[in-house]
Amino acid sequence: MRLSEIGIFLFFINAAFSNNFIFSRFLGCCPFLGVSNKIETATGMGVAVVFVMTLASLICYLVYEYLLVPLGLSYLNTIAFILVIASLVQMIEMFIKKSLPSLYTALGIYLPLITTNCAVLGVTLLNQRSGYGLLESTLNGMFGAIGFLMAIVLMAGVRERLESSDIPKAFRGFPISLIIAGFMSVAFMGFTGLVK
Amino acid sequence: MSLRISTGPHVLTRESTQTLMLDVLIALAPATVAGVYLFGLKAAWVLCASVLSAVLSEFVWQKLMKKKSTLNDLSAVVTGLILGLNLPSGAPLWLPVIGSAVAVVLVKQLFGGLGHNFMNPAMFGRAFLLASWPARMTKFLLPERLLGASQAAFGADMASGATPLVPQKLGLTPDVALSDLFLGNIPGTIGEVCKIAILIGFVYLVAVKVITWHIPVFFVGTVALFSWVLGKDPLVAILSGGVLFGAVFMATDYVTNPMQKLGQCIFGVGCGAMVVIIRSFGGYPEGVTYAILFMNCLVPLIDRFTNRRVYGTVKSHG
Amino acid sequence: MAKNNLKGVFVNGILNENPTFRLVLGTCPTIAVTSSAINGLGMGLAATLVLLGSNVVISMLRNFIPNKVRIPSYIVVISTFVTMIQLFMQAFVPSLYEALGIFLPLIVVNCIILARAEAFAGKNPVAASAMDGLGMGLGFTLALTLIAAVRELLGTGSLFGMPVMGASFEPVLLFILSPGGFLVFGLVLGIINAIVDRRRAQKLHKEAKAA
Repeated sequence: MRLSEIGIFLFFINAAFSNNFIFSRFLGCCPFLGVSNKIETATGMGVAVVFVMTLASLICYLVYEYLLVPLGLSYLNTIAFILVIASLVQMIEMFIKKSLPSLYTALGIYLPLITTNCAVLGVTLLNQRSGYGLLESTLNGMFGAIGFLMAIVLMAGVRERLESSDIPKAFRGFPISLIIAGFMSVAFMGFTGLVK
Repeated sequence: MSLRISTGPHVLTRESTQTLMLDVLIALAPATVAGVYLFGLKAAWVLCASVLSAVLSEFVWQKLMKKKSTLNDLSAVVTGLILGLNLPSGAPLWLPVIGSAVAVVLVKQLFGGLGHNFMNPAMFGRAFLLASWPARMTKFLLPERLLGASQAAFGADMASGATPLVPQKLGLTPDVALSDLFLGNIPGTIGEVCKIAILIGFVYLVAVKVITWHIPVFFVGTVALFSWVLGKDPLVAILSGGVLFGAVFMATDYVTNPMQKLGQCIFGVGCGAMVVIIRSFGGYPEGVTYAILFMNCLVPLIDRFTNRRVYGTVKSHG
Repeated sequence: MAKNNLKGVFVNGILNENPTFRLVLGTCPTIAVTSSAINGLGMGLAATLVLLGSNVVISMLRNFIPNKVRIPSYIVVISTFVTMIQLFMQAFVPSLYEALGIFLPLIVVNCIILARAEAFAGKNPVAASAMDGLGMGLGFTLALTLIAAVRELLGTGSLFGMPVMGASFEPVLLFILSPGGFLVFGLVLGIINAIVDRRRAQKLHKEAKAA
């Protein structure tokens, strides 16, 4: 799915809807299930992920193309990418703590959790495996993360609504969330085939 | 037994769920009769299997969970009938049986029963069947009898049993007269083909104030507008496939649509837009099911956007 | 450490603290690679090897790693093992390597592994950490294989690639499509919760009677 072939709009539809990170790529399920009880927290997590995934895609592309490949170390991509992501998250945290304290109070608690969000490492590996260039990688990271943000907010909306519902005790929490996600995944099947 | 969800401002009288569901059944009667007339006895069997399975599933679940039976609120009957009307007439009977069981147990009862499901049970049941047995679910038969037209009116390509949406998907204009589209002399699911019967049901539902006109009109209007913008005949777009049936009977389900008028209008427009997008650019010839399911997921957010009240505070009158 | 205690650590990972069904960690691969039993088993075993290796190494280094940089150090250890397993699988089981796709390198961020490093291996001796890694890994493998077997059986009518449901069975395709992973995981998890709850209630009942 190359940007030059399908244009930016379909590239967005593909990354955010047709191949949604949660519903069809299954990446980032832990925060999707764990941080989706309230719309506010889900939005905070989602925005933080958009932030990190966009930057991580950009930087990991540079690291792979200009460091690993010239050195003949491309098989070390997983280690390199996770280190980039971990330090990136740390730096973002320090940066916004100092310069944007209000943003830090909103997003601060989500940032450390993002290092182990497999959507972030996942998108950098996907970018590299698809042979994406700098712009494609960055956009794929950003659009994919917007798809994640959408998924987690939708999930939180439904879960808030179900707060007072008489769900069988054994199914409360994770099981019902997984089943809701399954239902949403069925709804998202409508987006298949939109980008050919 | 009153409806346990916020009934919303669109329900002006405090009807019991049972009378409400009875009205929906009355409104579904014309489409049911027309479907059985057009497709013959096998359509009746599909509908029976679907309704029976829905009722039985609800009964068994409530027995197993030691809950009070809510069978006489008739909601299981409505779910079963709507699902049945969404199936092709030649479906093997296990198809409606599985679909109704999934709809009632997984979508409705597991979430706490009527009023707590966030998706329309019949729609999810249909999507489940469509994803699982796509060939069975898209094998449509020609009507056995016709309404107000002679057999000769059928073009040769109609004998294949493809819905008028399939040629449209390929960019062709279907070779069907508008009157045949309107009366239901086309292949399709049992309930969706006869538009006049659906419209009678719509008028009844609005007249007895079970629904307001907003969602169906915005839904169908958006389909017409977007199809016209994309250079297609808007009337043909509305009258082929399941748009009318979906707009009148599925998108208007109280539990799974927004509470406020504004939200309902947004909901209708969203459904309509997505139908046209899927039909024109997506992988399927028809998109009503997926459009409604997707908009169901958006309802909590639409409600929040249009309705500043906190959820739960309105849930108290159960 | 006593022998039966080691055994207890091992069994703990499979039953009481099963990472998938009791702790609900590592959900992504559980949903993504469980469309066939063999993929589920392969993924589980790969994660088990990583878990065993990382637990042992981290346990050996536990007195040398400064507390402040322990998480990055754990990640380096884990990703080294993942890269090794990846190269190994690429060479010897290329079809499985292909089928698992990016979920193989993503074992690095599988929360089970980091969680065991943090909660167990960083504080316990080598033998116990190895047992913990093995038990947790096998618990994960069992869970993945169970979910994958249900999906494969219903979605294709086969089990480990062998047809078992007979010719007249029309597979429920949805179960091997994306929604199937979420739905089967959710249903199996709910059913296991129900069984555990019932067991617990029976136990309490018995104790109450005895007392």
